[in-house]
Amino acid sequence: MLYEVLIPATIMGGLGILFGTGLAYVSKKFEVKTDERVVQVREVLPGANCGACGQSGCDAFAEAVVSGVCKVNGCPVGGDNVARQIAEIIGVEAEAVEARTARVMCRGDLSVSKVKFEYEGINDCAAAASLYGGPMACSYGCVGLGNCVRVCEFGAITVENGVAKVNEALCTACEKCVAACPKKIIVMVPKSSEYAVNCSSLDRGNIVMKNCKVGCIGCGRCVKVCPVNAITLKNNLAVINPELCTNCGECEKVCPTKAINRHRSQIFANVG
Amino acid sequence: MKELLIIIISSILVDNFVLSKFLGICPFLGVSKKLSTAAGMGGAVIFVMTLASAVTSLVYKYLLIGFRPHYDFAYLQTLAFILVIAALVQFIEIMMKKFMPPLYKALGIYLPLITTNCAVLGAALLNIQKEYDLLKSTVYGFGGGVGFTMALLIFAGIRERIELNDIPDALKGLPITLIAAALVSMAFFGFQGLFG
Repeated sequence: MLYEVLIPATIMGGLGILFGTGLAYVSKKFEVKTDERVVQVREVLPGANCGACGQSGCDAFAEAVVSGVCKVNGCPVGGDNVARQIAEIIGVEAEAVEARTARVMCRGDLSVSKVKFEYEGINDCAAAASLYGGPMACSYGCVGLGNCVRVCEFGAITVENGVAKVNEALCTACEKCVAACPKKIIVMVPKSSEYAVNCSSLDRGNIVMKNCKVGCIGCGRCVKVCPVNAITLKNNLAVINPELCTNCGECEKVCPTKAINRHRSQIFANVG
Repeated sequence: MKELLIIIISSILVDNFVLSKFLGICPFLGVSKKLSTAAGMGGAVIFVMTLASAVTSLVYKYLLIGFRPHYDFAYLQTLAFILVIAALVQFIEIMMKKFMPPLYKALGIYLPLITTNCAVLGAALLNIQKEYDLLKSTVYGFGGGVGFTMALLIFAGIRERIELNDIPDALKGLPITLIAAALVSMAFFGFQGLFG
């Protein structure tokens, strides 16, 4: 009993205590003063060290968040809950960070845009898009098979009548849908921006008209009417710069195809 | 002296931990993307491996088999060695955080992973198997660390060049890395039998 259990246990225990006290002493002696918030942020993180945030691990992410390199919602694993906790720890600074949301730059649902052919392949946007640019007549628009819906971990995206839509109240700006979209029509915009040209077509106006009733035909009326010059016309497509936009709504009034429209979901989110 | 020289050269070239014994493959693939981090990681491994070899050799000699022939606790070696290595890595982590924060950041998750780096534990166990004394153990650990670093540096250089090349889609990333690793490993087999 003594030599089979007690002495080996004493040896291992003794080694453990020896190293433990040694390390405790060294860590006290060579302590590095770190920002308390880094430690707190580190504690609310999932601790999987998965690297999905783009940092080398949870420790690195905690530091990056506190120093402002990463967003509070930069941890896709922790999601909304962790983002809120981190925002609480960092406090006022979190509010200063502009909240962003994903937005689908296409409104061409099945009621307004034409279908080129019936697609019966696998249920995947990228696969469908590789076949003659997808089943929709407009080769720039939403394919509508929901790759973005599947990658969204927060249930913020739905496909309604053939076009993806982001519920901006649920969006955490993790940008996974941006990467998943084969047409690259999902863009990140500040949540405060209400107006956007909801079209990605670089086709000439007459082709856009033929394919889709709500596309941007590149007429340039919005560019002229914008009081702050936030709109530029490039390759037959008007683009609103959300950083300059004052949400005055002049462009929506003149847009002949209603490609420019106000984001209603945003208004609801503010009220709620 | 001659024997020590043979130990150091054979542990670097002939019995290279990564390329001949295939120990420590995880950090070998994980940290060899950039030359600078590879050098840092290599330095950390040399340090841990040398110290771990020395300390484990002492622990083995005076604690585990110190009561021979009455009592033999040699079966505790794996457990005890892991403990020693883990404590050493913690120690290095604390030191590095204090004195070399950029390197600490660059190594990130790989520094704590040295704890479970089988090359380090392998060196400690091989010392016992080969019945090296304290000095030889330390030299062997140091040589093993240098060999690991060399493999890491050679490979980081290769990977930096691979990045710039046009590789078939199916082979991009880890597959081509593993193929390259196999080729480097085959090259090192050329050293086999250097010391008869």
